[in-house]
Amino acid sequence: MAERAFSATRLPGFATIAVVVFLVLYLPIFTLVIFSFNDANSVAIWGGFSLRWYQIAWANDDVKEAAVRSLIIATSAALIATTVATMAALGTTRRAAFKGQTLIYVIINQPLMVPEIVTAVALLIFFGFIKVTTGYQGLGYLIAAHSAFCVPFAYLPIRARLEGMDLSLETAAADLYATPWQTFRKVTLPILLPGIIAGAMLAFVISLDDVVITEFVKSGGQDTLPTYMLGQIRRAVTPDVNAISTALLVLTVLLLTAFFLLTRRRD
Amino acid sequence: MKTLMTATALLLATSALASAEGVLNLYNWGNYTSPELLAKFEAETGIKVTVTDYDSNDTALAKVEAGGSGFDLVVPSANYVPIFVEKGLIQELDLTRLANHGNIAPEWVDVPWDKGRKFTIPWQWGSTGIAVNTSVYKGDPNTSAVFLQVPDELKGKINVVPEMNDIVNLAIMFVGGEPCTEDTEVLKKARDALLAAKPDWLSMDYGATEKMSNNDWAASVNWNGSSMRIRLANPDVVFGFPREGYPLFMDSVALLKDAQNVDEAYKFLDFIMIPENAAMISSFARYANGIAGSEPFMPEDMKTAPEVVVPEEFRAAGRFLPTCSPKATEYVTAIWTELQK
Amino acid sequence: MPSNEDRQRAASTRTGWALSAPALLLLGFAASGPLLIVLVYSFLTPGDYGNVVWKFSLDGWRGILFTRDIFDGTLQLADAHLSIFWRSVKLSLLTTAITFAVGFPTAWFIATRSPKSRALWLFLITIPFWTNLLIRTVAINEVIRNEGIINTLLIRIGLIGEPLRIIYTDTAVLIGMAYVYLPLMVLPLFAAIDRFDMKLLEAGYDLYASRWQVLRRVILPIVKPGIVAGSILVFVPSLGAYVTPRVLGGGKNMMIGNFIELQFGAGRNWPLGAALSMTLLIIVTVALLFYVRAANRGSPHG
Repeated sequence: MAERAFSATRLPGFATIAVVVFLVLYLPIFTLVIFSFNDANSVAIWGGFSLRWYQIAWANDDVKEAAVRSLIIATSAALIATTVATMAALGTTRRAAFKGQTLIYVIINQPLMVPEIVTAVALLIFFGFIKVTTGYQGLGYLIAAHSAFCVPFAYLPIRARLEGMDLSLETAAADLYATPWQTFRKVTLPILLPGIIAGAMLAFVISLDDVVITEFVKSGGQDTLPTYMLGQIRRAVTPDVNAISTALLVLTVLLLTAFFLLTRRRD
Repeated sequence: MKTLMTATALLLATSALASAEGVLNLYNWGNYTSPELLAKFEAETGIKVTVTDYDSNDTALAKVEAGGSGFDLVVPSANYVPIFVEKGLIQELDLTRLANHGNIAPEWVDVPWDKGRKFTIPWQWGSTGIAVNTSVYKGDPNTSAVFLQVPDELKGKINVVPEMNDIVNLAIMFVGGEPCTEDTEVLKKARDALLAAKPDWLSMDYGATEKMSNNDWAASVNWNGSSMRIRLANPDVVFGFPREGYPLFMDSVALLKDAQNVDEAYKFLDFIMIPENAAMISSFARYANGIAGSEPFMPEDMKTAPEVVVPEEFRAAGRFLPTCSPKATEYVTAIWTELQK
Repeated sequence: MPSNEDRQRAASTRTGWALSAPALLLLGFAASGPLLIVLVYSFLTPGDYGNVVWKFSLDGWRGILFTRDIFDGTLQLADAHLSIFWRSVKLSLLTTAITFAVGFPTAWFIATRSPKSRALWLFLITIPFWTNLLIRTVAINEVIRNEGIINTLLIRIGLIGEPLRIIYTDTAVLIGMAYVYLPLMVLPLFAAIDRFDMKLLEAGYDLYASRWQVLRRVILPIVKPGIVAGSILVFVPSLGAYVTPRVLGGGKNMMIGNFIELQFGAGRNWPLGAALSMTLLIIVTVALLFYVRAANRGSPHG
């Protein structure tokens, strides 16, 4: 193949850097997985192979519930944030600049611009007021807060994908008397999909990591995995957290692989 | 999508039921509540206790003040109790409903922050001192000089916990002042001592239990319960009580004014004053409790632990930090900002 | 009577607002709206034990730049505050540069795989981030500490005699921050590169001689929106970061995030904390607007 000799897409050194990046990314993760099988009472000193932290984590309802709660919040927040962010991205790109467009852009990116503790205090006061007035203390507050700060993380990759996307296909579809919805479903959405997936993944990951806002918004019995760990930091973080993280990681990898294989077959 | 929405709706509905009968919402420091204690309480009373964690008194105060989070009991430190009382966030206890109130050890009844224990029930108490690895440093550990005039062996190997009030007040007592002082001469000396010592510190971080067990740090300003855990993992580590003065802390359980499960809360408060149960609290987090008669039920390794049973000669140097005045807090914060800039 | 074009324009504006409305409502309810409380608080008086007293005061705002010396009472420039701000900005800029330097080749690598394996690589890059930030940071600590994997390995194979002191240095913080924020750079870059028509490259090589010139003149201009998005997503959150600096840097020095948190926590000066946050918000917004405008100039899409 002639392409082998000169591939236009090959840039010298890029592949090497990428491979090194992947290796470095997984080094700490492997450490985490290995130490979850550690027999010692420590997250840092190796004391032989054992499954005891898995047993301890499994017996610890608090940590299990916190993990499940984290996943529920992250999934809901990613879905909501990605949906509204996709709409907003469609609304703010590829049309003539309109009055207030910059304002929309600033508001959407606002959660990025203040440290979490500030949003946390603001939400504490605001939601505290609503909690007292309505008496509702459910998970809705956390989901709303997470969805909101995930919006910019979902919006930016989608917008980056949309910007300069070729309009001719959609115009062609419209010329063939496709309704705007059909055009969106059959033409725009498939082209947009990589951006949406990137945005949704970012939103999910960001929600899963959040500590400060969650700490201030949560009601009784609503600890997530990060706030559970935050509470442990002053004393000692116990290795059962390593075990539950590894278990979650394996679960997500399995789910993703299944998803990946299924979508591939459909292609 | 539809199933997800149903699931979410269900979830929202169930979590709103938290104030139903037979439940109790405890808002406590993380990793501080013995699961066995809660299991025993549930077995005896049928009341399910939900624990929610916090990591600082200020977070707990701000959240309780904002209201509406559905907590029944909170566990503030001694110097925060008067603030909770003054702001009207916790309610005076009906002592007739607490049959075991007499079990509180006499020295813990008329405490400065709650005379006669009308608002709070002891949970655990301990001290902030210095954990030292004797294989690295053989000198006297019972002085704040270990971190304020760092000996050569420990230079670049000592950690200082990032607890503003503990650290600044340790320095104030080291230079001869009173905790929460407003005397600017003393404060200046304390600031200078801290600034001069900082270059010799390795870090200002939590996690001594872990990092002294694995030799990342050779010494650390630390709490006594954590130091005991370190010693069990690394016998070279001793705990020093600074003779110039060191902070004591006691966390006590208080009933919130907007508690929804008051009856359950009283049952729990009475339950934790039974010596056997108080010992369960201690054996989990490794700090002493304030209940008379709990000693026989304590784990063997704690009965004689030098970290928990404070040696007679160092008792007088231990001081409960008072509730600092706003002015004193301003001074302490300014020194801390200067130190960490 | 409005022209047809005007009417289309108005309709397009309406659609724009309508599509953005759900996002704006959500943010108004759970992010930007409540921030107005913080704005109001910045003009109030600190309460004795946290919170605020409803009495107007400008002390919060004055406190950003000036402090009354606690010992002699004179008003002076708060150099401690400025050095905290400067450190945060410097570390965030370096983090952005590092993530771009390693993230761009990585995103390019992923985007140039076959369409089928592309998704797999994309998943591979995000999987490490499905574990919690704190756990990840502690795990990085495990890798670079004195008795950690890297040092043990290097000593075993005899490359070094003494362990490399990485932990508790700025290098450690930068490694950690770059690690943590990498996907925020790679994913937007990937989304931008992925829609890049590789045929343009061939044309590029016909016009310019070297790969470097093609990279600079053809590739970079087209993936610019991705670079803008990635840089914002990395730079701004790293400004407020504090878990990573604390765990890997040893926490001896504050970042803006810690400093603001101190005011809302043990420092008990909510108005100062509120004023500091508003300042940060204003600085970042202005910088962002300039950046986006500059980045859009010369880009083919206006």
